[in-house]
Amino acid sequence: MSGAQATSPRNPLNRVWVWVPLILFIGFGALAGFMLTQPKDDLVVSQMVGKPLPAFDLRPATQGLPGASADDFRDGKPRLLNIWASWCLPCIAEAPQLEALKASGVEIVGIAIRDRPEDVATFLERHGNPYSRIGADDRSEVQLELGSSGVPETFVIDGQGIIRHQHIGDIRESDVPTLLEKVREAQ
Amino acid sequence: MSLPRTLALFLLLIAAPLSAQDAVPPAPYAYTQLEDPAQEAKATALMQTLRCLKCQSQSIADSDAPMAGDMRHQVRSRIAAGQEPAEIRAWLVDRYGDYVSYQPEVSATTWPLFAIPALFFAIALLVLARRLGRERSDDTKAGDAV
Repeated sequence: MSGAQATSPRNPLNRVWVWVPLILFIGFGALAGFMLTQPKDDLVVSQMVGKPLPAFDLRPATQGLPGASADDFRDGKPRLLNIWASWCLPCIAEAPQLEALKASGVEIVGIAIRDRPEDVATFLERHGNPYSRIGADDRSEVQLELGSSGVPETFVIDGQGIIRHQHIGDIRESDVPTLLEKVREAQ
Repeated sequence: MSLPRTLALFLLLIAAPLSAQDAVPPAPYAYTQLEDPAQEAKATALMQTLRCLKCQSQSIADSDAPMAGDMRHQVRSRIAAGQEPAEIRAWLVDRYGDYVSYQPEVSATTWPLFAIPALFFAIALLVLARRLGRERSDDTKAGDAV
């Protein structure tokens, strides 16, 4: 009796389409579950890559080094622009890599975010000075103009002052060859 | 591990983030309202639609991150200088992309988020209408038979 009922053509469960919502729901649940296991990419990429450096002219961040301006980047030589701060812990971690880049002949211009001259000096004394110039960005104005969302970040600027590449976060040893390559490409 | 060592480790854990703050006072307009209430209202409305880049689940109006303070300073000083909120918003979107917007907007990438629920709602209405229609005709048939 009941067997005949289940296979009867009038039973709505025999229609294929009644299962579609349930299958969609399970599919959605599976997708959501899978996406939860995927690493989240929360880096904010600057839209300024490929565009000219915004105009800026920053006072020296500490004694003994010149400040930085956008005009410093237009003499035909590619450079690195390193956004950092003495209060930033990952900046300590990337200091040896900046030294290595400097040793490879790359000029590095620093922009110190919300920093005090004495703190900048102490940092350079402790962790070395890879910079040719450091500008002081007291209110993150240049950082915002660059589309940079944190410290440290490093931009490759070509000889015409065009932003060619953005490296987000501290530079690890494995990033040094990539950055050298990007600087070479920016020649 | 002994208790003092555990405690020392715990203190070390909370000490690192504490030292990762700058010692510079906040920008003038980070925590100070504009004098003109109309301008301040404009600025506040805009700040609630801009995402803090450091703390991505907060608007810059809600966040205490130093960078959010600097962004509020930018918004307030630009409003005070006579710029329109839409201009300031566009200036930030040009630099950070849609990410900086804390207000859902229909764009080439986000339109399905708005279209799909509307589509499902339409399908549900259609199914419901057909079902109710059929039930009514079944009723009338049953009535006829009796």
